[in-house]
Amino acid sequence: MSDDPIVQMTGIRKDFTGVRALDGVDFTLRPGEIHAIMGENGAGKSTLIKVLTGVHTPDAGDILLDGKSVRFHSPGAAQSAGISTVYQEVNLTDNLSVAENLFAGREPRLGPFINFRAMRRKAKALLDDIGIDLNVAAPLSSYSIAMQQLVAIARAVDIESKVLILDEPTSSLDRDEVAVLLGVMRRLAEQGTAMVFISHFLEQVYDISDRMTVLRNGKLVGEWSTADLPENELIGHMLGREAVVLEQIERTAAAHQVEDETPLVSATGLGRKGSIAPYDLDVRRGEVVGLAGLLGSGRTETIRLIAGADRADSGSLAFDGAKVGGHNPRTASARGIAYCPENRKTEGLVGDLTVAENMILAMQASRGWARTIPVARRDKLVAEFIEKLDIRPANPDMPVKNLSGGNQQKVLLARWMLIEPKLLILDEPTRGIDVGAKADIQKLVAELSADGMAVLFVSAELDEVTRLSDRIAVLRDRELIAVLESEADMTTEKIVDTIVAKGGER
Amino acid sequence: MNPYAKRLMWPVLILVALIVVNIAATGIDFIVPSVNDGRLGGAFVNILRRSAPLMLIALGMTLVIATKGIDLSVGAVYAIGAAIACQMIIGQEDQSAAGLIFSAVALALIVTAVIGAWNGTMVAYFGIQPIVATLILMIAGRGIAQLITGGQIPKVQDSSPFTQIGRGEILTIPVPIWIAALVFVAIALLTRKTALGLLLESVGGNPEASRLAGIRSKGITVLVYLVCGLCAGLAGLIGAANLGSADANNGGLWIELDAILAVVIGGTALLGGRFYLLGTVIGVVIIGTLDDTIINVGLSSQWQFTAKAIVVFAVALLQSSEFRGWILKPFKPKPEIAAPAPAEEVPAK
Amino acid sequence: MSTETLTERPSRSTLFDGLTRYIPIGATVVLLLVMYLGGIANFRNFDSPQVVAGLFIDYAPLLVIAIGMTFVILSGGIDLSVGSVMAFSTMACAWLTVDSGVSAPLAMVLVLAFGTLWGLLIGAVIHYFSVQPFIATLVGLFLFRGLTLQISDTDVSMREVDFWQWGMTHVEFGGKVRDGGFWLPYLSFVAFAVVIVAFVVLHYTRFGRGVYAVGGSEQSALLMGLPVARTKIGVYAISGFCASLAGVLAAFATKSANPLANVGAELDAIAAVVIGGTLLTGGAGFVLGTVAGVMVWGLLNTLIAFHGGLSSWWARIVMGVLLLAFILLQRFLARSGEKRRT
Repeated sequence: MSDDPIVQMTGIRKDFTGVRALDGVDFTLRPGEIHAIMGENGAGKSTLIKVLTGVHTPDAGDILLDGKSVRFHSPGAAQSAGISTVYQEVNLTDNLSVAENLFAGREPRLGPFINFRAMRRKAKALLDDIGIDLNVAAPLSSYSIAMQQLVAIARAVDIESKVLILDEPTSSLDRDEVAVLLGVMRRLAEQGTAMVFISHFLEQVYDISDRMTVLRNGKLVGEWSTADLPENELIGHMLGREAVVLEQIERTAAAHQVEDETPLVSATGLGRKGSIAPYDLDVRRGEVVGLAGLLGSGRTETIRLIAGADRADSGSLAFDGAKVGGHNPRTASARGIAYCPENRKTEGLVGDLTVAENMILAMQASRGWARTIPVARRDKLVAEFIEKLDIRPANPDMPVKNLSGGNQQKVLLARWMLIEPKLLILDEPTRGIDVGAKADIQKLVAELSADGMAVLFVSAELDEVTRLSDRIAVLRDRELIAVLESEADMTTEKIVDTIVAKGGER
Repeated sequence: MNPYAKRLMWPVLILVALIVVNIAATGIDFIVPSVNDGRLGGAFVNILRRSAPLMLIALGMTLVIATKGIDLSVGAVYAIGAAIACQMIIGQEDQSAAGLIFSAVALALIVTAVIGAWNGTMVAYFGIQPIVATLILMIAGRGIAQLITGGQIPKVQDSSPFTQIGRGEILTIPVPIWIAALVFVAIALLTRKTALGLLLESVGGNPEASRLAGIRSKGITVLVYLVCGLCAGLAGLIGAANLGSADANNGGLWIELDAILAVVIGGTALLGGRFYLLGTVIGVVIIGTLDDTIINVGLSSQWQFTAKAIVVFAVALLQSSEFRGWILKPFKPKPEIAAPAPAEEVPAK
Repeated sequence: MSTETLTERPSRSTLFDGLTRYIPIGATVVLLLVMYLGGIANFRNFDSPQVVAGLFIDYAPLLVIAIGMTFVILSGGIDLSVGSVMAFSTMACAWLTVDSGVSAPLAMVLVLAFGTLWGLLIGAVIHYFSVQPFIATLVGLFLFRGLTLQISDTDVSMREVDFWQWGMTHVEFGGKVRDGGFWLPYLSFVAFAVVIVAFVVLHYTRFGRGVYAVGGSEQSALLMGLPVARTKIGVYAISGFCASLAGVLAAFATKSANPLANVGAELDAIAAVVIGGTLLTGGAGFVLGTVAGVMVWGLLNTLIAFHGGLSSWWARIVMGVLLLAFILLQRFLARSGEKRRT
């Protein structure tokens, strides 16, 4: 297995307008190995992959493929050199059939014409081989996202590449589907294909990978053989000193008592077909309720119903003791429900507008367009929150798109704090932001709840959930399966056990 | 330099260059207004007077484009507005009655506002792409205008006060210039002295984020299309009053393209977000001056189309960051700056 | 190796699949039949085969530009320049053969090559400089109208050049028109050939499937390693070729060049494409649908001509209403597809 490396990247550097995404990263891939690239969000995993596959061109560094220096300028070029990729989002065209997607750009032909019959036959054989059975003539759009992802993988496998890159391929797959994928990967490794595997499911990484490269903040931490790197050490490498910093605010939130017994928010049988099964959930004043579950377990869907971002089709919601009717983001904001969505860029901020404009947006929206906020009041509020949340650079007139992720998140938080909400809903507020900002935001959540604000809080990091929450709602497969209340239950182990136990039932 | 001034720099330079060319060709009289019979005249004032309909439509279009939209139907709405007013006036014995003129103008404006609101409803509530939604009326609108006029070209008596909307003057300044200026001030106040401008830019910049922030984006969208329709109707009235007639086929022909061009020259991106009303005004004057420049430098009027094509091409390329990167590559020492931006987002189709 | 097999049946129905995707085109065909039968019921001589044949004479140029437009729209773009390019091509044919004495076949080849090259250029600008198709093709709309007017601002006749007689040379089928037969000129066969070639290219070649893929998702097509640049530039080249060919056909049909001909032809073409069931956002549609769309437009005008009492503007109004109906129908189908998806 330890032949000459098939891919050798040395000293890779990549800058995006002012941000150094990769800084002198080395990466070595050997034939027949499954190599995991590990790191937190924003560590540079995806950028490294995109440099290798020709989506981005590196600003410095060398890439050797089979000992020869290469530099790809398009994914097509990388593909024809034997590097194929499966991305987290399904990158196929769902208006075409399954077979066409499998063979797009390399369809079997008779003369200049596509031989559809041969293509369908080959597609069928390919999918059979992998262990999935679909109607290959049906359009891809008629299948679930998970199945589409498997089709994307089948396509990459069939290109007979020397190098196969799998960037978070399992995030939308269920257990059986993951088993199929890992089976395919093992077989390919036996045949000598080198694979790069990125996944945030540690269990899968330990199950399948031979070797790991860990990145942190765009820099290389090191390369280890999987067998030599126990899980706790891996997490230590991924988080760096971060873990220490965050320990300090441990349990400050849970320490205070929840006095009010009438819940501020009470969802009864609230649900939406195809997105989240009906659930009951209460949030009291001054309480932080965390939502835990894997990606795709329905965390976001749960809170979107309470936030009014999606319409519920069953059940009812009571706020402050009164039944809520005609729920939408506008009425929710009028009631004092604030919602910071998961995706800051597409659902949260307006990139071209300034920091100040983004901050006052919710307040202005609640006043309507005719009643402007007086300039003096506006400037004062903006300055106050820039200072309070330590937003950098402290320039209210800067377009918000030029800020770093952590500062953008703070601007979004400030937008809602301006309207002094009773319930603050946060979806992954600390994802992909730097350590300092992460600690700031966690502290802020603790402070706000201490002041009596109710907080609903989603995070993929179980540590963060257990640290901040007074109660934890656990989700699996688009269903709320348990609410953990007692101090003893609020551990990552208990949450994982709850999720796994529920999975075992079926 | 603040970003507003930076955005306006290029359009202003182009306009100044055009004016200088004209002065060189025809003398200083080009720019200096003259007063004849108590009426402001001169080449440049005439350009402004003739540009008034385009100005109105371009201002409305600016708001629509700020919301990530586009309104292709304005030329047809122009024709409909003109047809309604003229047809109503010629149907009466006394074409000078104030009540008649008033109700003709009011009816034309109401109908065109309703048409605008309909476009906005299609976009906001039915979720149809703006280019598609307004294409329908772009195709059918002139048919409707012909239906109103019965396929004729209604001719209003020259004595009717209606024609004063296009030909008259108040305090020596031509009425169309007054109307354009008033509409500009009204829209500027409406968008910059209230929060409407901010909310528009927010809706155009990121519709989903705006919805989640609690903005009534649908209502705002309908409102801007309504304003745009109203502006197109008013432009049609000025055009018809100036000619004393309404030509359903050729009135306001291609004005939608000129208006979009003026907005783009003025620095507002077709992708929505930030908008520049003053930039649009300059863009309109550039287009108006361009036509005169062709004649003044001794080219035949057929060159107007070609000149416009060159302007569109230049503007399109100058606004493309890829083009700028490509053309500036040899002059930039550092490779980072010339490297293409990360291909994260493909513009929505 | 694989221990178990995962099975999933297609569950969702969207605009792209199964029977749903034939609803818009089905509606168009029903509409055509209703219009045709309505014509037969109301007007004498409407049942003559020549009525249908006539559609492919009068609307052959429109059919050709609509086919080119189908490629562009399927790829997610739009081409506003086709009317001007077409008028310019007719004028260039006249100018080259009448005024400059270039031999007619050579003139024709030059015009077609020029249209294609222009399409290539604009396609390259759209792709490499990320200029919006709407704006980039606007250049062509203005430029070629201007150039046409500069060649001549009045009609130019091409009657003296024998070559231009070729296009209207006709073939009779089933005897004379009064004996129940019909005739078609050569230029109609050129249009048919364009349809057939377009159909084969779109449905049976890699380039054609690439057009659908790019229209479905350009980003995905790029990451799948498809030749996105070639595809995007190619569709504008095809549209440019079709527009100049339509201009040549118009030269055959009228044997004269009018500098103000075909103003707004791009709108007719877009309308025909949409009524033919192609999604304006790209990625779904059919060449044969476009043929049906052009026939709707032609039949509408024929009906109005037969009626005699109606004015031609009704055609535009009806076309607008149909367009509205089709767009709402597509929107409804797309939405119901989205609903079932979650």
